Amino acid sequence: MDTKLKKRIGKIVSWLLTFLLMLVICIPGLWVVLTGFRPNREVLAKPAIWIPEELTLNNFAQIFGFGAEQIAIPVPAYFTNSLIIALTSTAIALLVGMSGGYAFARFRFKYKDTLFLGLMLSRTVPGIALSLPVFMIWSRIGLIDTKPGLIIVYVALNVPFTIWLIDGFFRQIPKEMSEAAQVDGCTRWQAFWKIEFPLAKSGIASAGIFAFLTSWNEYALASQLTRSTDSKTLPVGLMDFTAQFTIDWAGMSAMAVIIIIPALILTFIVQKHLISGLTFGGVKG
Amino acid sequence: MAEIKLENVVKNYGKLEVVHGINLDIAHNEFVVLVGPSGCGKSTTLRMIAGLEEITDGEISIGPQVVNELPPRKRNISMVFQNYALYPHMSVRENLGFGLKIAKQSDAMVEERVGEAAEILGLQELLDRTPAELSGGQRQRVAMGRAIVRHPEAFLFDEPLSNLDAKLRVQMRTEIKKLHQKVKTTVVYVTHDQVEAMTLADRIVVMKDGWIEQVGTPMEVFNHPVNTFVASFIGSPPMNLIPATVEGAEIVFADTTRLPVPARLESHISDGQKVILGLRPDDLTPEGHGIIESGQKASMQLTVDLAELLGTETILYTQINGQEVLGKMFDPREVEPGESMSFNISLDKVHLFDAETQKSVRLG
Ligand SMILES: Nc1ncnc2c1ncn2[C@@H]1O[C@H](COP(=O)(O)OP(=O)(O)O)[C@@H](O)[C@H]1O
Ligand SMILES: [Mg+2]
Repeated sequence: MDTKLKKRIGKIVSWLLTFLLMLVICIPGLWVVLTGFRPNREVLAKPAIWIPEELTLNNFAQIFGFGAEQIAIPVPAYFTNSLIIALTSTAIALLVGMSGGYAFARFRFKYKDTLFLGLMLSRTVPGIALSLPVFMIWSRIGLIDTKPGLIIVYVALNVPFTIWLIDGFFRQIPKEMSEAAQVDGCTRWQAFWKIEFPLAKSGIASAGIFAFLTSWNEYALASQLTRSTDSKTLPVGLMDFTAQFTIDWAGMSAMAVIIIIPALILTFIVQKHLISGLTFGGVKG
Repeated sequence: MAEIKLENVVKNYGKLEVVHGINLDIAHNEFVVLVGPSGCGKSTTLRMIAGLEEITDGEISIGPQVVNELPPRKRNISMVFQNYALYPHMSVRENLGFGLKIAKQSDAMVEERVGEAAEILGLQELLDRTPAELSGGQRQRVAMGRAIVRHPEAFLFDEPLSNLDAKLRVQMRTEIKKLHQKVKTTVVYVTHDQVEAMTLADRIVVMKDGWIEQVGTPMEVFNHPVNTFVASFIGSPPMNLIPATVEGAEIVFADTTRLPVPARLESHISDGQKVILGLRPDDLTPEGHGIIESGQKASMQLTVDLAELLGTETILYTQINGQEVLGKMFDPREVEPGESMSFNISLDKVHLFDAETQKSVRLG
């Protein structure tokens, strides 16, 4: 009876702690979403209005040009740029990650460990420290304010991570599976696509999400390397809401929501592959 | 359904040579077992036959065709791996049918062959499960099923039973033997377990450090080991090997114990030759507890240090020449440690090896 009570109290306490922790993590995000649906005058009111009195879609309507007053921020262009840049750089980073991860997991070659370590160490340099050299080189070869310019930077940013993650997943798949498939009549390439790829899918999917989110949310480098609607991405576009003396908090929040939504959708789509995980009933007894 | 031929096959990993020019002829439908301690190159040899490892030098042919340059898929062999390597994302049915599907066989054909294999191996009830839902023995069976559906030229097995517990291992051993009788095909089977080798093989290939030490039927290898390595590797408990010197018509141990030279080996040794005497525990038996009581015999008074009861027989630990030596007591009675007994040595069964070359003196 006594221990039962103790257990129950322990459970309640741990729930409370979890709830508090989640609250701390979620409140800023929720606050941004909430602000996106409130009129600016309420957001800026002094004394502050804590409980929203009025919810509106006006901020979104304005962003997409349907509002009463037009704003001069080309969100659709930013959105398109973001999508093209994030998707392309993710696709490339995944391709490189898959080839690299497979090579590291399966083959022996000279300087393999050094190379792997080098890749990981490249991530210890903060991206922003590279922004000046990259800026200088890019401006010489005309990549400033272009989508390819940003795509290359993001691929470089993501590749070490995708290689590392995908390598780990291929490593878990015994090489005998590919060999069994080859004995069963597959070419090496078929064995990869029919056996190893499906088994490493969850790893590749998670690498993809991370790469996409990194590119989608990146601000520091993009703000240096982009200028115009040719290449500006959504996070950079957020700063358009700050005029010289005013900040359109509500508009900015609405746009933040727009940035969040595709990322959320993608995560949900890919999530099911993450959970499916690896069940290696194929080996051992 | 083919013979397999290895001619001077060499394998290097970088600078390291792990298989040193081996020759082997495997007959049509023969069950050949490669046996040897871990690291002796058994798997490497098997994988070269399968085409999973490149051959550094030499020639391998399957049937009439030299396969050196052929990828595994063109060799028409199938292989069962130590860890089974079942495809975890496919059902048992899909695992079995995978090879046929890749070969673009018709659905009807795939179904027929899968059904046939499932029946042979008793897998009918399991066809819709995934490998994760199977026990060790069942996985083993699926792996064998996957090997037989394609009706290949040869089966290659790489230590297929080593992941099973002792009881299941014995059971599956029998099943593999039965399978070979049902599905007559050439089999190359790798194991480090000499009991498996003895029970399964038509012919045993004993390997060590990348060399073939001896090839022969289980009986030949057991009764006529060509050197001390094969002598001690095949048979359990292993053969006792005791260094000695030939003095006239006697074999003398360092502690001056003497045995007469077995008559059948007289012509193979010379006076003063340093030899190693090989004596199987079965041939060192206490008076009245041997199997064969005829033939040339010698006797020795020995002290039993320890007796290990196995039921139908007892293993006796004793010493000759200060070295631990094992004997066997058939139809056993209670033995007290420290008890002194009169042992018979069946001289007809004694082996002699040259101390320098470690080779049987019968080989000159
Ligand atoms: N990929 C490899 N690279 C280098 N050496 C290897 C490789 N595979 C096996 N070896 C070496 O070759 C020898 C034979 O290995 P293997 O054929 O697996 O032995 P067995 O199957 O008889 O235990 C061992 O010494 C092993 O260390
Ligand atoms: Mg092996």
